[in-house]
Amino acid sequence: MLSGQLNPQEFPVGESFSSLRRIRQWSRLREAVINRLLFACALVSIFTTIGIVVMLVAQTVGFFSKVSPLEFFTGTKWTPLFQPQHFGVLPLVGGTLLTAGIAILIALPIGLASAVYLSEYARDKVRRVVKPSLEILAGIPTVVYGYFALTFVTPVLRNVFPNMIVFNALSAGLVMGVMIIPMVSSLSEDAMVAVPRSLRDAAYGLGATRLEVATRVVMPAAVSGIVAACILALSRAVGETMIVAIAAGSTPKLTLNPLESIQTMTAYIVQISLGETPHGTVEYYTIFAVGLLLFIMTLLMNLFSQWFVRRYREKY
Amino acid sequence: MESNIASLEARRLELWYGRFQALRDISMVIPRNRITAIIGPSGCGKSSLLRCFNRMNDLIPGAIVKGEVLFNGRNIYAAGVDPTEVRYRIGMVFQKPNPFPKSIFENVAFGLKVNGITDNLEEAVEQALHRAALWDEVKDRLLKSAMELSGGQQQRLCIARALALKPEVILMDEPCSALDPVATLKVEDLMRNLAEEYAIIIVTHNMQQAARVSDMAAFMMMQEDRAGALVEYGPTSQLFTNPKDKRTEDYITGRFG
Ligand SMILES: Nc1ncnc2c1ncn2[C@@H]1O[C@H](COP(=O)(O)OP(=O)(O)OP(=O)(O)O)[C@@H](O)[C@H]1O
Ligand SMILES: [Mg+2]
Repeated sequence: MLSGQLNPQEFPVGESFSSLRRIRQWSRLREAVINRLLFACALVSIFTTIGIVVMLVAQTVGFFSKVSPLEFFTGTKWTPLFQPQHFGVLPLVGGTLLTAGIAILIALPIGLASAVYLSEYARDKVRRVVKPSLEILAGIPTVVYGYFALTFVTPVLRNVFPNMIVFNALSAGLVMGVMIIPMVSSLSEDAMVAVPRSLRDAAYGLGATRLEVATRVVMPAAVSGIVAACILALSRAVGETMIVAIAAGSTPKLTLNPLESIQTMTAYIVQISLGETPHGTVEYYTIFAVGLLLFIMTLLMNLFSQWFVRRYREKY
Repeated sequence: MESNIASLEARRLELWYGRFQALRDISMVIPRNRITAIIGPSGCGKSSLLRCFNRMNDLIPGAIVKGEVLFNGRNIYAAGVDPTEVRYRIGMVFQKPNPFPKSIFENVAFGLKVNGITDNLEEAVEQALHRAALWDEVKDRLLKSAMELSGGQQQRLCIARALALKPEVILMDEPCSALDPVATLKVEDLMRNLAEEYAIIIVTHNMQQAARVSDMAAFMMMQEDRAGALVEYGPTSQLFTNPKDKRTEDYITGRFG
């Protein structure tokens, strides 16, 4: 109470008191300026999002004045660049879901197992080394992953599946799965580490093994964080562009066979954006419709994840 | 009633947390069908001792136990003893009620399920809740979350959870410290009933509680190097009315004012 606290009553009234007031006015002004500045920064990202949505919607409206929504959403052929033109988006959606599905099939078990290992089994020293190493995976440029898939994974896999196409969904999906492992593992582990010790003690005290504690107490208690991590990883996989553009091919095809060449929504957008399709044509407008659909898909996933987290928020 | 038959026995028990020795040379015989209270100033190692009795210290990295703890004549620290089996037969109730964020039913059934005892699950759960004197309060909402119970109810649920496994010993670490006087009395009544079948060891800071409920009492204190040691151990009536050790007397009278 002696020093460090500026209590006006302990100051002699007079000059030092008024200087104190000046300091206060200054700091209040500073607070106001900082407040505005931070607000402006937040606005930048909000306006960017709004701008993107407005642009996408406006262009998509233009697209749907030429192509019927019914064909777009239910057609099973996507050939905007060839005659006869077909605008059924399902092959692209299918390709996207196929690669993302393969990726999640890889990332979910490995990511969750890593998270369980890190939070329940690993010694502190091990965790301090392994966790950042895993996170490095997320920092590798996706173009590197893409070439890794095309020039290493595909040749290896072709020894196993001789009839596999060079550009195929499997390689791209597998490598994408590796890329999103740290997203699943890191965020799930955070959620699991946050489960209080007392719950683990309770389970151990009842004769549970380490694995039972992990799967029956810790994971259920952390379920909202784990699901959020998985959805985040899934939406990352759905939006991933470089790997699929390089390794998965550019053949829009509605198939479940991962050995075939497909095209994802993102890869299609890249193809048109970089290609020579004249602006203003229907072909050109397709990328906005596809882009908006992609945006809506990931938005829905994020909304679901937010709803889930709120619904199953940790109650311990 | 069988009495004075050893249920647990500590022999020259020592405990280290890394290089820090937390318990030194503890030897004591815990009788069956009795309540044994462990008292002593904060930090003297009461909880640590309790955790030695069901190998919970195994879970703390760096913890090392030396000496023996005999359970029905068998050393629970012997090579080849499965610590999960030890914990299944020696139940534990913690200071703060720590129900799982699951239904009341699932809380009680948990220990049975992980130990593979799934016959007559419902009957076993009901029985455990009866014995923990909680059945009447929860019988219409077994599938509701345990987190909706009051603190006292949660603690009795944790006791029911331990009882469901029909353990032979129940370790309780300050089980009433988070409860109000009414809930405390309920848990104490419950302990008296349970002592007819089990050996109970309770750590408590509350002298009146130790005097009220326990048959045997152990007084622990820290030595100069902060290692906990047993100062005096004997029948509660003797320890409280006619302590042999000056330090026990000082502690007890100091607490009583
Ligand atoms: N996990 C641990 N790692 C290292 N030291 C520990 C650990 N747990 C307890 N200790 C130390 O061991 C000593 C005994 O602790 P313990 O919790 O057994 O005391 P206690 O008698 O139960 O105290 P209280 O009455 O406050 O609960 C203390 O000095 C404490 O700091
Ligand atoms: Mg304690």
